[in-house]
Amino acid sequence: MSALRIRKRPKYLDLFSIMFSLPMPGLLSIFHRVSGVGLFLALAPLIWLFGASVTSPESFECFARVTAHPIAKLSFAGLIWAFLHHFCAGIRFLFIDLDVGVDLAAARRSAAIVFVASLTLTALICWRILL
Amino acid sequence: MINRIVVGAHYGLKDWIVQRATAVVMAFYSVFIVTIFLTLRPSDFDVWRSVFANGAVKFFTFLFALSLFYHAWIGVRDLWMDYVKPVSVRLTLHALTILALTGYTAWIAAILWRL
Repeated sequence: MSALRIRKRPKYLDLFSIMFSLPMPGLLSIFHRVSGVGLFLALAPLIWLFGASVTSPESFECFARVTAHPIAKLSFAGLIWAFLHHFCAGIRFLFIDLDVGVDLAAARRSAAIVFVASLTLTALICWRILL
Repeated sequence: MINRIVVGAHYGLKDWIVQRATAVVMAFYSVFIVTIFLTLRPSDFDVWRSVFANGAVKFFTFLFALSLFYHAWIGVRDLWMDYVKPVSVRLTLHALTILALTGYTAWIAAILWRL
């Protein structure tokens, strides 16, 4: 009877301890969510900026002034990273859905590639358009 | 892969597929619009505006926006379902998310079709 007793599932929900001990694919996943939330919250200001940039020469001036501000540039750097991480990690998830790169070694390798690719592209784009 | 029925009542599977289909649309649009930017290198207002005033770009930009908002809906809804337990709060957040995204859809349509 005692051998048949069902073991209680381990419950360990200390979010911060989990986050700092995650393997790379787990870290990629949580950043996928965090970057998605960031992009969602930025939707309204981004649509406003897009509207200002295309509507009239006057509104374009306003767009240019707002985006030249250091705080705007810093936010853009963050959003560019969020977009690129979400983009690269998303493509990795699509491949995994297609059963490509599912085993542990491949998943860890592709997660590392996503981090390197998205951070490199972020640095490149920030250097080309923000500086 | 587990063989699940794709047709029928769907349940979570429909959203799962929509999440991926919209992602593919957005990925293609991103490459498309970046290619246009790198080709035309718009540096002043007139060229920048003419990119989006083009009928095809306008159409694909709107499709991108629709995909983005549907994609965001599923993602944010999953977020509420994961972290918000009280049904009343969760329902309110669901409704607010839908209202915001519906508003954004009208907003982006208005911007694009004023061009």
